Amino acid sequence: MHVPDGFLDAPVSLATGAVAAGTVAVCLRGARRELGERAAPLAGLVAAFVFAVQMLNFPVGAGTSGHLLGGALATILVGPCTGILCLAVVLLMQALLFADGGLTALGTNITLMGLVTVVVAQAVFAGLLRVLPRGRGAVGAASFAAALVSVPASAIAFTGLYAIGGTADVSLGRVLAAMTGVHVLIGLGEAVITTATVGAVLAVRPDLVRGAAGMLRPALVIRTADGSVPAPAPEPAPAAPGRSARPVWLAGAAVTLVCAAFVSFYASADPDGLERVATDEGIAEEAREHGLADSPLADYGVRDVDNERLSVGLAGAAGVAVTLAAGSGVFLAVRRVTGRAADPAREREPERV
Amino acid sequence: MSAHAHHSPAGRLHRPGRTPVHALPAHCKILAHLAFVLLVVATPREAVWAFGLYAALLAAAAALARLPAGFMLRRTAIEVPFVAFALLLPFLAEGERVTWLGLSLSESGLWGAWNVLAKGTLGVAASVVLAATTELRQILLGLQRLRLPPLMVQIAAFMLRYADVISDELRRMRIARESRGFTARGVRHWAVLARTAGALFIRSYERGERVHLAMLSRGYTGTVPVIDRLTATRAQWAHALALPASAAVVCVLGWTL
Repeated sequence: MHVPDGFLDAPVSLATGAVAAGTVAVCLRGARRELGERAAPLAGLVAAFVFAVQMLNFPVGAGTSGHLLGGALATILVGPCTGILCLAVVLLMQALLFADGGLTALGTNITLMGLVTVVVAQAVFAGLLRVLPRGRGAVGAASFAAALVSVPASAIAFTGLYAIGGTADVSLGRVLAAMTGVHVLIGLGEAVITTATVGAVLAVRPDLVRGAAGMLRPALVIRTADGSVPAPAPEPAPAAPGRSARPVWLAGAAVTLVCAAFVSFYASADPDGLERVATDEGIAEEAREHGLADSPLADYGVRDVDNERLSVGLAGAAGVAVTLAAGSGVFLAVRRVTGRAADPAREREPERV
Repeated sequence: MSAHAHHSPAGRLHRPGRTPVHALPAHCKILAHLAFVLLVVATPREAVWAFGLYAALLAAAAALARLPAGFMLRRTAIEVPFVAFALLLPFLAEGERVTWLGLSLSESGLWGAWNVLAKGTLGVAASVVLAATTELRQILLGLQRLRLPPLMVQIAAFMLRYADVISDELRRMRIARESRGFTARGVRHWAVLARTAGALFIRSYERGERVHLAMLSRGYTGTVPVIDRLTATRAQWAHALALPASAAVVCVLGWTL
């Protein structure tokens, strides 16, 4: 969903513009690292792919159809920096040429649909691959979870921006509930399509799925004519510490989830009560003023509170997932950097010719 | 998921012409567009007349570019999803309520809907004028002139150059599916469509590798030499900035009156 001009006020548009500019600057450097000097043609073609695949309509039934947003798919296939860069270019061209998404909202759109979806998807994907047993099923499950979480995360980020600089006076609870509800559904569709697409690429060219590089290497053993395996790639067994760390990761995830349940319970109790008080007060006032016509309103109020509780719960769960994933991502990045520093001889990115 | 109106290939957005608006250098037009939209967004929504003046300014620019009203309206239709959202706002928003035709509407919601509709429509219309009067290549040169990072300009250039090729591959795959009796009707058929997307990615990526090899064989070293630099005379800048300058006057009036 492209944010148009005037949806958020000018300061928020400018601030997100600055965020987007910084993100793009970082990703330009990152894309050169991910792709080398092939960055321009490859990222350009991937951007054209993202652009085209957004035209591929997936019929939902009853005459409606959806299409892929592509953030999670891009990061799984080509890596986060290239993914963000491709999405940013697509959004820039859509704003300038197709009037899709406002030019002043370009920063907002890049932040929401590029930065947030890609970072969340990448963190969830990498984190899950760390925890799950190796194999094609793990890649599928991680893709599914990454795409599923990334879309509502973007919606929650939008609600946050809206809380700061929204131009319409709709209560935050309602915006959050509506945005999260709709985007959980969209995220489900995105997850199914992304998983199937990643699976299709994995089946034909597993080496092109950047997120799963190293996951499926045993399946791609090169044999010579007499069937022997020539010069087995000297893999300096990072698997052993990884495997021993897996129970720790699983336990950590379980503990976090349990904590999340309690935290969101207590967190939701307070605003819920406030909301209830406010609603009661409002209804009481309405009743004094109009006498009648309060029953649909009361109905609405109760429904609203229910939605709110649900939405707070959802938001809490998603938020925890996001935080967990982001933390894992940072941890992985740090570990990778230190690992590389400790062992500079190890070639991390096998060049594919 | 908004309904994307990208079904026309990227090349069809431009309406060739020899008007003064067409003749302006692209970077002047992009800057003027950005300044205009920023001013529109910064205008208080209570100044209803200001948005009328903005619309009149844009209409004058479109008339100068000889863009027919029907064309403008058709292209503006991209914002229909947001019109639908804006129409919901008066029912959803809080605050004082007014009764109109037996409907209880929120006053701030009405203002919010007006705000989104007016500013969104003006932004879309300004984009349409820019895209209709500027060639794709000129827009890229303009972005380069405005110091967009060269790598980003290159990526955008490759994307635009191959957007039609990739879209055509998608179309050929659709024809291949349909000639084998397949029509996607529901969720059950997603696997087939996802395989299409996967095949499209592989084809795009491999094409990118071939393009890179072709570029290497022609002496590519990581940068593309800039052959033609856009330049603008002072008069051209003055003409391009006439629109945002008048908009700035309207904006200031909107805040003070």
